[in-house]
Amino acid sequence: MALVQGEDTAERTSGSGKRVGEYLASHLREYGLLFALIAIMLFFQIVTDGTLLSAVNITNLLLQNSYIVIMALGMLVVIVSGNIDLSVGSVMGFIGALAAVMMVHLHQPMIVAVAVCLIVGGLIGAAQGYWIAYWRIPSFIVTLAGMLVFRGLSLWLLEGQSVGPFPREFQVIANGFVPDVFPAGFGKSLAGLFDVRNVNVLALLVGAVAAAALIWIGMRQRARNRAYGVLDEPRGLFVARNAIVTAALIFITYKLSTFRGLPNVLITMAVLTMVYAFLTQNTVIGRRVYALGGNSKAAKLSGIKTERLTFLAFVNMGVLAAAAGMVFAARLNTATPKAGFALELDVIAAVFIGGASMSGGVGTIVGAVVGAFLMGVLNNGMSIMGIGIDYQQMIKGLVLLAAVVFDVYNKQKQS
Amino acid sequence: MSTLLEMRDITKEFPGVRALDRVSVSVRQGEIHAICGENGAGKSTLMKVLSGIYPAGSYDGEIIFEDEPVAFRDIRDSEDRGIIIIHQELALIPQLSIAENIFLGNERANRGVIDWHETNKRTEALLAKVGLKEPPTTKVDSIGVGKQQLVEIAKALSKDVKLLILDEPTAALQESDSRKLLDLMLELQSHGVTCIIISHKLGEVRYVADTVTVIRDGTTISTLDASEGLSENRIVRDMVGRDMTHRFPERTHQPGEVLMEVEGWNVWHPEHTERQVIKNASFKVRKGEVVGIAGLMGSGRTELAMSIFGHSYGRNISGAVSIGGKPIDVSSADRAIDAGISYVTEDRKSLGLVLDETIRFNTTLANLEGVASAGVLDRNEETRVAEKFRDALNIRTPTVFQKVVNLSGGNQQKVVLAKWLNTTPQVLILDEPTRGIDVGAKYEIYTIINDLAAQGKGVVMISSEMPELIGMCDRIYVMNEGKLVADLSAAEASQERIMSLIVNE
Repeated sequence: MALVQGEDTAERTSGSGKRVGEYLASHLREYGLLFALIAIMLFFQIVTDGTLLSAVNITNLLLQNSYIVIMALGMLVVIVSGNIDLSVGSVMGFIGALAAVMMVHLHQPMIVAVAVCLIVGGLIGAAQGYWIAYWRIPSFIVTLAGMLVFRGLSLWLLEGQSVGPFPREFQVIANGFVPDVFPAGFGKSLAGLFDVRNVNVLALLVGAVAAAALIWIGMRQRARNRAYGVLDEPRGLFVARNAIVTAALIFITYKLSTFRGLPNVLITMAVLTMVYAFLTQNTVIGRRVYALGGNSKAAKLSGIKTERLTFLAFVNMGVLAAAAGMVFAARLNTATPKAGFALELDVIAAVFIGGASMSGGVGTIVGAVVGAFLMGVLNNGMSIMGIGIDYQQMIKGLVLLAAVVFDVYNKQKQS
Repeated sequence: MSTLLEMRDITKEFPGVRALDRVSVSVRQGEIHAICGENGAGKSTLMKVLSGIYPAGSYDGEIIFEDEPVAFRDIRDSEDRGIIIIHQELALIPQLSIAENIFLGNERANRGVIDWHETNKRTEALLAKVGLKEPPTTKVDSIGVGKQQLVEIAKALSKDVKLLILDEPTAALQESDSRKLLDLMLELQSHGVTCIIISHKLGEVRYVADTVTVIRDGTTISTLDASEGLSENRIVRDMVGRDMTHRFPERTHQPGEVLMEVEGWNVWHPEHTERQVIKNASFKVRKGEVVGIAGLMGSGRTELAMSIFGHSYGRNISGAVSIGGKPIDVSSADRAIDAGISYVTEDRKSLGLVLDETIRFNTTLANLEGVASAGVLDRNEETRVAEKFRDALNIRTPTVFQKVVNLSGGNQQKVVLAKWLNTTPQVLILDEPTRGIDVGAKYEIYTIINDLAAQGKGVVMISSEMPELIGMCDRIYVMNEGKLVADLSAAEASQERIMSLIVNE
């Protein structure tokens, strides 16, 4: 996954030596986000004496932020379409409760419960999207109502109690790891090489393949752009960016391989992120969402069914909130009436930190995912340092404000 | 009668355009002074200079009011001197009551606490003056446009008005309401209020005006005195009688058989549901024909086009549209596009383009399927299509990855055209295709229009600029208050003829 989607704003080769600087200046937002994440990680890595990037903590970081990332994917689509969804935290909690009641109280098989939960999530999205799309009621109001309604519904469904534990196979969704397919001896010998106790060969291999694929896709895109006479980014930047991203990828998968391997949720997140990045950037429907958010009147007059598109954005959000709700419940191994409380704010913050615009039409999936991890690393790092929840909240708030101010400042400078 | 207002040699320039060129107007105490001119002649600009919307210093020339030079910095300045302007688009707040609107910004209050008794009493008195029988507490959105106009006038009277300026006050009014408003003007005049009325409707001008000043292309053409008799022919000639300032490319081919036909088209206003905006309009376009629709702003031209294009305007739409003799479904924009109709909007920035996106994004927006297979975009193909149109329409930009917000008006208009040409339409409806673009770009747009006609497409061209219609069209329909009142061939059409059809209804 290329972190910087530079192709849309690519420029012709100008041949001047200042190009790297110019290119950086015009893409400050994308690179800024990447550098901010790296800077924050390095900072916490140092002040926590290496705890942040230890194998256990990397695994934790991924597990802790998985449901935020999953919902951020849907939220990005909603925000790009020019709307907002305040109900996702409540919907997530409600779906977790529904899963618990179905599996723990009613003893339904997991496959049935998961299917029902996803469908109910979609229906919830449809119920809210209906009023927003076809009655033109502002999404802020409809989903604010939804936030209250589904918070209440979870309380009612759980009768105010925590319900658990879940069957083993359900817990695995959030807490399980992909088993190593290679013979144990292979891992043992590699472990000797790296001087660690064990190595999950599969994790290592996936990391290497993903890194190679990333470079290959990047080079292919570059070659194509060149064939069309556009050059996306200067060679130096391209190499540096890819080196950083692939090194990070290999480092993380290596760390994971020395612990318990690849978490199941990492696979879920990675696949969903790729699917949504493709949907938003490379498909007709994705393009239409950007047009809808960029100028809904012009989109409508261009023959785009803007109402249906808005409706679908909310259905999609509901399904993803349901998926996140199940991951969350499985991770805690109980459904509680408080699950997902105020989580919508973290999700929305992640999307805005990732460069989306409140007025719609702007934002990328990769940006939203990086934004979510940026918040996640902040949370995690500050917790390890033992900073109180009071300071944590203040710092997170200021980071959100700083990111958006940076955006606005950039935009003003450009015009 | 003494002179109340004198504007001397007012010159106002915008980047690249001289909107006013040494315009002089002199208004006597107690008269009703009409200012006439075509759309874009500079009437509204002149009134904005007078009322301080364009502050002193941003124009050249002198304004003398009550025998002393004035330099208004903003609209409050001019209102303090008793010059009040009532704009064509009313500036009332619909959710507030009549009384609240009248005293908005001028509240009858004691230390910030509004005295409602005083407010309502004063409002009643003012409403009696303008002959409006409504309680002061009535919400403005519950009364019709005609009554809202009276509220505006009452608001002006509450400010001790010396010079009342009405910008096209009857444009949105029914016949009977218009008459009442004109009578009110005469009544106010008898109470010593001086009025300036901007109007296209010569019947009205003759009814109320003591003096008429005609403006054309930003200069004063003539000042006529009612006591010497106002001849409509004279006014019309002065309004339009300019030399052709633009040239038009030659067109050689002949129109073919009928391509699109609209019959019995009726449309009602989307909010004021009792108002019929389009009344039984029927017209046809032949293959390779450029058909013009002339009419004033607000006559229903845009509404006609938008309602045909996917019912994008209005409600209770009835009538039939056919292409090549077959009835087509135009009930949504995508169906209209599929049927072969394109509509290039009047307002390219808010209705035509996604400004923060690239030329490529906008070019393919109305036909994304054309550059996709199974819903997946082929971005290289997309680039190719965008570059093809960039070259064909001569869009001046180094790359199709340029954001359209950075383009000039003419180039933006070409991007909108590219978007619609990319849907391979049979009929193109162009709404003010050359508004706000420079002369050179206009010529290029005209050339594109001729090329389209030569390819056998039907072109409907809506324009406020009559020379443009006469220079470009094979036939011209004249629209007046929602009706197509005439169908003129190129040979019959002249600016005088069209203008008299517009003003004489």
